[in-house]
Amino acid sequence: MSSIAGKKSGLTWAVHLSVVALVLLWLFPTVGLFVSSFRTADQISTSGWWKSLFTQEQNLVLRTAAPDTQRQEGALYVIDGNLFADNDASTDATISVWGTSSRAISDYQPGDTADMGDDGRLTLQANGDYRLENDAEFSGRRGERVFVTAQTPPQFTLANYEQVLFSGSTTDSMARAFFNTLTVTIPATIIPIVVAAFAAYALAWMRFPGRALLIAAVVALLVVPLQLALIPLLRLHLGIGIGKGYLGVWLAHTGFGLPLAVYLLRNYMVGLPRDIIENAKVDGATDFQIFTRIILPLSFPALASFAIFQFLWTWNDLLVAKVFLIDATGETTVMTNQIVELLGTRGGNWEILATAAFVSIAVPLIVFFAMQRYLVRGLLAGSVK
Amino acid sequence: MHPAVQGLITIIVGVGGCVGYFYLSNQFLDKVLFPARGPNAGRNITRANQIRPWLFLFPAVFALGLYLAYPVFETLRLSFTDRSAGGAFVGLDNYSQMVSEPKFWEAMKNNMLWLIVVPAASTAFGLLVAQLTDRISWGNIAKSLIFMPMAISFVGASVIFKLVYDTRPAGQDQIGVLNAMWLSFDGGAWAVLFLRLMPSAILAAFAAFMLYGIYVSLRPLLWGEAERGGGSWWAVPLRFVVALGSAWLLWLSANSILSLFTAALPYGEPQTWLTIPFWNNFFLMVVLIWIQTGFAMVILSAALRGIPEETIEAAIIDGANPFDIFFKIKIPQIMGTIVVVWTTITLVVLKIFDIVFAMTNGQWETQVLANYMYDKLFRANDWGVGSASAIVIMLLVTPILIWNVYNARKEMR
Repeated sequence: MSSIAGKKSGLTWAVHLSVVALVLLWLFPTVGLFVSSFRTADQISTSGWWKSLFTQEQNLVLRTAAPDTQRQEGALYVIDGNLFADNDASTDATISVWGTSSRAISDYQPGDTADMGDDGRLTLQANGDYRLENDAEFSGRRGERVFVTAQTPPQFTLANYEQVLFSGSTTDSMARAFFNTLTVTIPATIIPIVVAAFAAYALAWMRFPGRALLIAAVVALLVVPLQLALIPLLRLHLGIGIGKGYLGVWLAHTGFGLPLAVYLLRNYMVGLPRDIIENAKVDGATDFQIFTRIILPLSFPALASFAIFQFLWTWNDLLVAKVFLIDATGETTVMTNQIVELLGTRGGNWEILATAAFVSIAVPLIVFFAMQRYLVRGLLAGSVK
Repeated sequence: MHPAVQGLITIIVGVGGCVGYFYLSNQFLDKVLFPARGPNAGRNITRANQIRPWLFLFPAVFALGLYLAYPVFETLRLSFTDRSAGGAFVGLDNYSQMVSEPKFWEAMKNNMLWLIVVPAASTAFGLLVAQLTDRISWGNIAKSLIFMPMAISFVGASVIFKLVYDTRPAGQDQIGVLNAMWLSFDGGAWAVLFLRLMPSAILAAFAAFMLYGIYVSLRPLLWGEAERGGGSWWAVPLRFVVALGSAWLLWLSANSILSLFTAALPYGEPQTWLTIPFWNNFFLMVVLIWIQTGFAMVILSAALRGIPEETIEAAIIDGANPFDIFFKIKIPQIMGTIVVVWTTITLVVLKIFDIVFAMTNGQWETQVLANYMYDKLFRANDWGVGSASAIVIMLLVTPILIWNVYNARKEMR
């Protein structure tokens, strides 16, 4: 095709480059969150995540150990150690230049010795090892200040995930919310499939008066905003004693998912070959047998499509869970709600926020990449008709 | 009882109950009610087959009726009552209270802005990506990556973009990409190119498109060829409405170009993007555009693949260049799909709640209808006004609902 079109190679290159640019633009925000979830709070708040992928130059103010750690070597008083270890800073850093005064932070190279007069002589190596000597005894409570310019290699940590998943902290922990979300999602995905499959079969292959009207009603209900259902259904649930809880949210998700399920499955089943079904009827199969033995196995792709939709939708949902599930105790909070609460209480703690958000995103992403084929097929069946 | 156990039991009871119901009710129908034997065997089979569809349909129809159809009418009824007065009928009081609130009009205005910008931008980006990736070898990988945000929840996406929009005080290293980029501009040539010329070019393209829209919608009226455009009685007013809408947008974009060049931009100062009135709406819309572009791309890409090759080959032989092929051959052939994509995204936009709720909660003039409704229902506990605003959302959806049903019925014939 491209040869017929006679596209110039310049245009082809422009296409490749613009696609690369678009893909990078689309990935950039997500990658930012992903990278941030592996950084410490300090790192996140002092530099952009895009810098963390490369070696960074940092200006640090560090202190030598306090005078009370000094020892005597002959006539000399000596303090030695490692600057980074003494200051709990990252130990992989490499010092490029250093100084002993805030006005001259780059006076010395690693290995040089700085003479600070009465305060002694300081020798500092590139890896942070130092040796401070003096003829007289060191006095005072705190160590000498050293101004270093250090190259820090990229550094990542799993501590955030430990905090979010395993710490059991009441505000940060996503573990409970994760299981709550799973508890909401699985029944809310499976039940509508069963209910819808039977209805879709009836709408596709059985003849009865009012069928066209029912199909039209399903198409209409497909677009009814679920906002309208909130108050009447909450009143109903409270009235018949279900209250706020898992049962309520399962029922609500089932109801809200049904129009799409019936619509997708019916459209798929209508396309199945008529011969198979008629042959089975001639052989004496009942509708129930035709449905379970022939239609259901053949409809697997459509069932999978809807299952993915419903899974993603229930996993990512916030509104339905807030209205029908989460009560005042907050025991049954789901991940989306937990994240919104974290945004309020820990809006500045990006290490917790990013990790929590990524934990909630990870499962849908895995499902998405594993079953993308069915998702695309479902989208096409659901909207292009 | 542990919720997981409860969940397992629910799955078993739910699925087992459904299957059991279908099996047993069919058995009951065939064996007890209308057995296919005895003197009336033939008539019984016919009768059983008349009833059977309703056995299959009953659970779904019941759930649909209870969870979607009934609430529409119940919400309508609630919007005419006052909860604090014990549910007494108050006529249109809730509606008049609602339209007297500035927050409601702010939500309406913002929703209209969302309705124009998000479907247009998502469809345009989706079409662009679909066309660009159509003929390159790694197109599927690129599509899959751009499609990925579809799997991310609105809340997750909000966190992702809050990091992008993050602000640190001046003097510190910015950790939000947008501020880091913003601070790299100093008012020099690059700033003029990226912040004044490029946006103006995009706006100018949009204005030209609107001008073309006015021309297309008014052409039959001006040259007296009304009978050619279908000639329905509603065609003339519809054309005027479309032309008026386009003219308004044209005026808006021309105005924006002017203000782009006259505005004094505060270079060098970190901005708190989500608190800048009016513009913060666009920063929220970016999140939804980012998510919905993948959807538009998948559908439009399939539609582009479905275009018959002969039409394109014929155009090439006639000497059309790639841009002509795209705008004059491909776009007209997939217009139907573009409309479907547009309306589907419009439906998502009308219901948009999570993004606003998580990012600004309607502060700084970013309120939208769904969040306004949530505020009324669950914070102010005012069910009357809440229901009234839900009905407003329903009214906005109704034209699409009618259009969808009309199309579905047309297909079935």
